[in-house]
Amino acid sequence: MSAVSAVQSEKGSTSTVETPARETETRGEEELDVPWQVVVHNDPVNLMTYVTMVFQRVFGYPREKAERHMLEVHHKGRSILWSGVRERAEFYVQQLHGHLLLATLEKVV
Amino acid sequence: MEICRQDDALQISDLDPFLAELLRQIPQSTSPLGEPAAEARLFSRPSAEKEICAEWKTYVEPELRRLFRTASETVADDLTQLNRNEKSLSNCTLHIPIQHADAWLNTLNQARLVIATKYKFSEEELNDHDRSPIGSRRDLGLFQINFYGFLQEFILREIGSG
Repeated sequence: MSAVSAVQSEKGSTSTVETPARETETRGEEELDVPWQVVVHNDPVNLMTYVTMVFQRVFGYPREKAERHMLEVHHKGRSILWSGVRERAEFYVQQLHGHLLLATLEKVV
Repeated sequence: MEICRQDDALQISDLDPFLAELLRQIPQSTSPLGEPAAEARLFSRPSAEKEICAEWKTYVEPELRRLFRTASETVADDLTQLNRNEKSLSNCTLHIPIQHADAWLNTLNQARLVIATKYKFSEEELNDHDRSPIGSRRDLGLFQINFYGFLQEFILREIGSG
C-alpha cells in the first residue's frame, strides 16, 4: 500500500488526476489518529480478585489502581481501562479476552 | 478437604469422592458444544464494528481457542493423579505444580462461565454462596461454580504471596 502511494505521489506532481488518491490517503491517516479506548464490562461470574489480578498483569497497573477499575466495573457496569492507538487497544482487548473478561474497544467520541 | 501450598506445588488433600469427581469434571465443563450462548460468552465480540469483529474471528479467535485448549489440557493432565487410587471410594490428594497455576485459573474460569451461561444463573443466585442442599442438576451447577471459585481464590492468594 505504501509503495502504491509513493508512485501516485510522484505522478501527482505532474498531473492533477492523482489528487483524489492523496485525499483518500489523508483520511486514512486521520482515522489512525482517532483514539480508541479499552472498555471492560461487568460479568457477575468473574471473581473480583481475579479481575484485579488481570488488570495488574495486562496493563501493569499497581494493585490500588487495578482495584479502582475493578470496583468501577462492578458498580457502574463498565470501566475505561486504557485509551490510545487502535493497534495497542486491540492488543489489550485480546489479552483481556485471553483471561475471559468481557472487553471491547471503542472509538473515543 | 484440605488445601495448602507445599514448596512449588498447591496441594489439595483429603479429597472425598464427590469433590474429586467435581474436579475430574473441570475439563469437560469448559466445553461450550451445543450451547451457543456459552460459545458466545467464551468468544465475546471485541467491538460494535463489523469490520473489527470479522478480522477478530479470522485472526484472534483461533489463538484464543488454542490458548483455552492448552490450559484445559494442562489441567486434565494434572487431574490424572485422581485416577491412580486403587480404592475408588477412598479420599485422595492432588498436587498442582505452581507453574500450572495460570492454566488452572483460566480453565476454572472457562468452566464457571460455561456452567453459569448454560443454567442462566442470575447475579443474585451467583452471590448466594450458602445455598443448599443440592436437589437438581442445576443446583449442582451452582455448587460447581462456587467450588471452582473457591479454588480460584486459593490459587490467586498463593501466587499473589509468591
